[in-house]
Amino acid sequence: MLFNNPDVWEITLLSIKVSGLATIISLLIGLPSGSLLALGKFPGRSVLLTLVNTGMALPPVVVGLAVAMSLWRSGPLGNLNLIYTPTAIIIAQVIISAPVVTGLSTAALQALDPRLRLQLLGLGASRGQMVLSLWREARLPLLAALMAGFGSVISEVGASMMVGGNIHHQTRVLTTAIVLETNKGEFPTAIALGILLLLITFMINFVLTWIQQRGAKR
Amino acid sequence: MSSLLEIRDLLVRRSGRTALELDHLSIEKGRVVALVGPNGAGKSTLLLVLARLLKPTRGEILFNGQAIMSMHVRDYRRKIGLVMQEPLLLDMSVHENIAIGLHFRHTPGAEISQRVENWSTRLGIEALGSRKASTLSGGEAQRVALARAFVLQPDLLLLDEPFGALDNKTRTDLLNDLKTLLPTTGATTLFSTHDEREVSTLADSKIELAGGKICNGTCQQEG
Repeated sequence: MLFNNPDVWEITLLSIKVSGLATIISLLIGLPSGSLLALGKFPGRSVLLTLVNTGMALPPVVVGLAVAMSLWRSGPLGNLNLIYTPTAIIIAQVIISAPVVTGLSTAALQALDPRLRLQLLGLGASRGQMVLSLWREARLPLLAALMAGFGSVISEVGASMMVGGNIHHQTRVLTTAIVLETNKGEFPTAIALGILLLLITFMINFVLTWIQQRGAKR
Repeated sequence: MSSLLEIRDLLVRRSGRTALELDHLSIEKGRVVALVGPNGAGKSTLLLVLARLLKPTRGEILFNGQAIMSMHVRDYRRKIGLVMQEPLLLDMSVHENIAIGLHFRHTPGAEISQRVENWSTRLGIEALGSRKASTLSGGEAQRVALARAFVLQPDLLLLDEPFGALDNKTRTDLLNDLKTLLPTTGATTLFSTHDEREVSTLADSKIELAGGKICNGTCQQEG
């Protein structure tokens, strides 16, 4: 019955779109930043690393509050008119997942033998070729970083609620819909949506895990 | 014979202490030179400096008469081959590992295949091409690391204790193979070792180091 409801499909697709885009943007930010933190030597590196590690444990509701305050009409970014839009949810989710991807990417690259960098450079690699080779070498933990990044946003509710507003046909995602149905006392619907959320998370992680383990066996 | 390498007034300080101090050193083209000395003598430091993986505190190194610091670092490194004590292979097939330096140089595919096949055969690892590097024995892995350097046809080959992590039998087999192969590369070779047998088997000459300085003939007093 749930699957015949077009609203459910709309909410599900929006959840995947918003969290998927947030994860991709986090990867584009987190992988280069993690590489810089893992491979670079520069003043303030330790402070940045501490900030990233702290960011990995950012409460989504606090992120939601900060982003909402920035995007409200009276806020510094109010003129962008982004509050209560899917873009606002993506911004908040990027702030949540980028530190996760960055921190785990840093750890993945730091776990490689540091002499490998010297060996690659000694083989004539440019700096870019060296970094790409290291990414390839650390592809399994880097995929784990991607999975953790996606997991941190597909399941969060606080930020999506605060900056998205849970508006029907506009910003309602699976987690905010579950909260709404629970508040209404519609427990069977809330449970069904919860199962749907778990299924989506399982399927996406199944594909990523399959890619990861195929890489491990090669 | 002209010099491939000339080192003048080289000083390398690491962690507040002098790791290497060489007034003058000249290496002729095509020679196989052993760097001998105890741990901490400066052998690896010299090889890292020559590979431009470690910046000297002071001094000048000429490569074919040109100061290496005036050359683009990547262009210079593409004239050398580097093999470390550990093979440090990547998580890919043997063939891909041997070819990686050629890929970095954007060598055409047909030439890569030909060179990899050639050196795999010469090092006796032609049957391992499709094997994953992580499944190799220590001796096989070090042969792959050597093939990876030889396919680059370097002017200068730097080997940092290439037999150091091998058992005695594997070491002897590889040593005998290298004795035949090294002269055919035409590369000027510097290798570090603790083992006099490796020196007598492979080297045209040796440089003894102790405490970061050349001490040919006087090492015991200084060491």
